[in-house]
Amino acid sequence: MTTATVTTLEHAPAPSVRAALVDPPLVRGGLIAIALGFLASFLLLPLAAVFYEALAGGLGLYWASITDPMARSAIWLTLVVAGISVPVNAVFGIAAAWAIARFEFPGKSVLVTLIDLPFAVSPVISGLIFILLFGAQGFFGPWLAEHGIRIIFAIPGIVIATTFITFPFVARELIPLMQEQGAEEEEAAISLGASGWQMFRRVTLPKIRFGLLYGVVLLNARAMGEFGAVSVVSGHIRGQTNTLPLHVEILYNEYQGTAAFAVASLLALLALATLAAKHLLEWQIRRTNRP
Amino acid sequence: MSIEVRDIWKRFGEFTALRDVSLHVEPGELVALLGPSGSGKTTLLRLIAGLERPDAGSISFDGEDATERSVRERRVGFVFQHYALFRHMNVFENVAFGIRVQPRGVRPPEAAIQARVHELLDLVQLEGLARRMPTQLSGGQRQRVALARALAVQPRVLLLDEPFGALDARVRRELRRWLRRLHDDLGITSLFVTHDQEEALELADRVVVVNEGRIEQVGAPDEVYRRPSTPFVFGFLGEANWLDSKIDGRAARVGFRPDDLELSLSPLEGHAFAARVKRVQSLGPRAKIELLADSGAVVQAEVPAERVRSLSLAPGLELFAAPRELQVFFEEGSRPRP
Repeated sequence: MTTATVTTLEHAPAPSVRAALVDPPLVRGGLIAIALGFLASFLLLPLAAVFYEALAGGLGLYWASITDPMARSAIWLTLVVAGISVPVNAVFGIAAAWAIARFEFPGKSVLVTLIDLPFAVSPVISGLIFILLFGAQGFFGPWLAEHGIRIIFAIPGIVIATTFITFPFVARELIPLMQEQGAEEEEAAISLGASGWQMFRRVTLPKIRFGLLYGVVLLNARAMGEFGAVSVVSGHIRGQTNTLPLHVEILYNEYQGTAAFAVASLLALLALATLAAKHLLEWQIRRTNRP
Repeated sequence: MSIEVRDIWKRFGEFTALRDVSLHVEPGELVALLGPSGSGKTTLLRLIAGLERPDAGSISFDGEDATERSVRERRVGFVFQHYALFRHMNVFENVAFGIRVQPRGVRPPEAAIQARVHELLDLVQLEGLARRMPTQLSGGQRQRVALARALAVQPRVLLLDEPFGALDARVRRELRRWLRRLHDDLGITSLFVTHDQEEALELADRVVVVNEGRIEQVGAPDEVYRRPSTPFVFGFLGEANWLDSKIDGRAARVGFRPDDLELSLSPLEGHAFAARVKRVQSLGPRAKIELLADSGAVVQAEVPAERVRSLSLAPGLELFAAPRELQVFFEEGSRPRP
């Protein structure tokens, strides 16, 4: 979860290698072999295994596993949850980044720290926080029960937990970007007679669009793949409160290995698509941020 | 349009950027705000634009109080130091921006926008570059796009923050002359910020010398150069030699310019002193001479190269020097009547 660091590292220009610092061929070869070997055994091998296991029973079984009513319900719920969390967090992220990058106000450093809270806390704890707040024995529990509102062990709980877990992504991406870009273009827009909204829509949004998309892609991947917090608040009601990751776990625990891997392959495909989009966007951000 | 700045104070936290600044600008004037970095000149420009709010004091345009008016309502054209071109729009759209954001009722039809933008691009000599993106332009071209964009909204005042700061020396001189001609053609009241005294003296009708948040002197270029009212102004507007002296029993600082020094092998009239040449450095058509006065002070002189030959100036030569014009400042910084 160190997206910010990774971004800066990748954006830094590769320093040219000085002749005096080039290691002997043996050391160089050894280091490359270790890096590639690690990559193969810890990243590529498991990925290949997922697809191998998924297709072990043939295409027919694969198709049946992902079109099973319970699987379809899990896919649908995952899409609904992401469909709510992603726009909510995109708007929150822009608002928070705007406030932090553009204004000085008391409590600013506290806000910056709080934005990182979901990354710092274990997702299981995050889930438990919502049980404590909205569960039957929780803080708002009795009031919610009186009014017939179900949050825990229902879809609202899953949406809230997912939104909480994923809210740093967009803000984390946009704060350094907006700080780096400065506010001169916005000042120019206002001095040319633009209203606040015109300035945002015509100048700010186009300026940050790739950074925003980058944040949204990562946010989406996490929203769809979140397990810990969702597992605590969902109650695992099949066909009702199971998202894709929860469905995979249930299938696996019931020794339906092939079906579990078939559904897991969907999440793996999401990961590959996310990586591709991430790479494309990083290239775009570098291109548009050139002075 | 005339601008009246009255008793302006501006603080940023602990730092006081402007202290009780007042300034009057006549309609159609081209005024330079000249000062070192951190002197408050850019803050003054941003306050006039409405990009900052003063802590005290007022700003009025044509006698109408504008202190409470927003940037949008002031109708000023602002050219930013680094141009602040919209990086995702081409040159045409950058210039058209101010027209496109006008309210529906006021905004001219598309054909009129096209005509207006092309007219402006013609004015800044960028007609062929309408489809280029800002990254595909040179510094001088970006600067002219920023100017055309500011002019598109028909501003009543044009404000330029270090308009030539980011350009190389040759382009800077060219653009400077071009901007002066443009100002004379359009007749729009303009203020620009600069830290380059040569730029201020060459371009402006009047120069406002700013230092440590205060206005030191306002005057025509020749006036601030020839009759500086404070030691700071004298020192900032050109190279200066300083000697400590006593006049009528009062401690005073006496300043004179290196190129205002008469050199001769025979004794001279006036405030002459004897000196020995320490160093001769040729600058092409002119030469810098370092002198050691008999009082022990080191004095810089600048003479035409021809004088080096006619006097056979060389290290060790004994001669006489006399400043043609002296500036006398008493300790409190006031200046005696000449």
